[in-house]
Amino acid sequence: MNVLFDLFKRRSSAPVARERLQVLLAYERRNRNQPDLVSILREEIMAVIAKHVQIDQDYLQVSMDRGETMSTLEIDIQIPNKSAVPMAIAG
Amino acid sequence: MGKVVVVTSGKGGVGKTTSTAALGAAVAKTGKKVALVDFDVGLRNLDLIMGAERRVVFDLVNVIQGTAKLSQALIRDKRVDTLFLLPASQTRDKDALTEEGVGEVIDKLRSVFDYVFCDSPAGIERGAQLAMRFADEAVIVTNPEVSSVRDSDRIIGLLDARTMRAEQGEQIAKHVLVTRYDAGRAARGEMLSIDDVLEILSVPLLGIIPESQDVLRASNLGSPVTLSEPLNTAAKAYIDAARRLEGEDLPVVVPFERKGFLDRLLGRRAA
Repeated sequence: MNVLFDLFKRRSSAPVARERLQVLLAYERRNRNQPDLVSILREEIMAVIAKHVQIDQDYLQVSMDRGETMSTLEIDIQIPNKSAVPMAIAG
Repeated sequence: MGKVVVVTSGKGGVGKTTSTAALGAAVAKTGKKVALVDFDVGLRNLDLIMGAERRVVFDLVNVIQGTAKLSQALIRDKRVDTLFLLPASQTRDKDALTEEGVGEVIDKLRSVFDYVFCDSPAGIERGAQLAMRFADEAVIVTNPEVSSVRDSDRIIGLLDARTMRAEQGEQIAKHVLVTRYDAGRAARGEMLSIDDVLEILSVPLLGIIPESQDVLRASNLGSPVTLSEPLNTAAKAYIDAARRLEGEDLPVVVPFERKGFLDRLLGRRAA
């Protein structure tokens, strides 16, 4: 039974390949001539934070995880405790 | 004015150089004057596939830098006297090719030859972009396999954006050449079908070259398969593709697996 199932699985690999390609290429074609969204977001977020808190470039991580129907944007900002005091208060 | 055809793919190892040699030789055999230009600076191989590796004196970079004349660098094929090769240089200098220099060489070739085939390096960097820059037509060599198809799609995007024709608002004629097609695996659903590839890339089909030991043997011998074994299946597929490239309306037949009754019964695979 297992052997039969394996055979069946192997047979269906081309349709899977085709579907994965279609989804991927639809995304890549849409974004082909656009500037890199993640790096733009990163720069602008950094500028906004820098107005209030002093952080290093390395403490800001921006990443995009794309799914078929929805994508998630993950922004991870680490603020070291010493410089975490907002500048307005510190001043 | 001759036609400039870039043979490109994005991905390496799909058969660009083999296809350049086979298509170029097939066109030249009909009496047309054909130049094959190797753009893979640093990793030239077209000379080897054409069996001309020991006759290289000057190369594309020498011509661009003015140390040799174009006529000195062109190597005439010993089998077909309308077929010429302009080899790439072995230099490691990535900036050896300039856009201006390439443009001048292509213009000269275009005025003398009926067809100029530019064998692109793999990738999407400078060398690949220069190979396609002045092309009128493009042959996109694709294997029926996910990474090859994805890279072909990327190259199609570049052809529509970065070529001289595209920048002048003209169309660059694109053709997909599917190579290393294994009819048995396609029939078993283990490999993307021709329809899948064409639907995904939406570029017309130039031909289907079956996976063949004869192509490898031709490379070993330093002769395009269309010259050394013109009657075998892969060579015939290349010859038909070359005729389509010249504008002939020739239907493409998808190769099928020749299997005996017993093979079918036992589900045996073709070696």
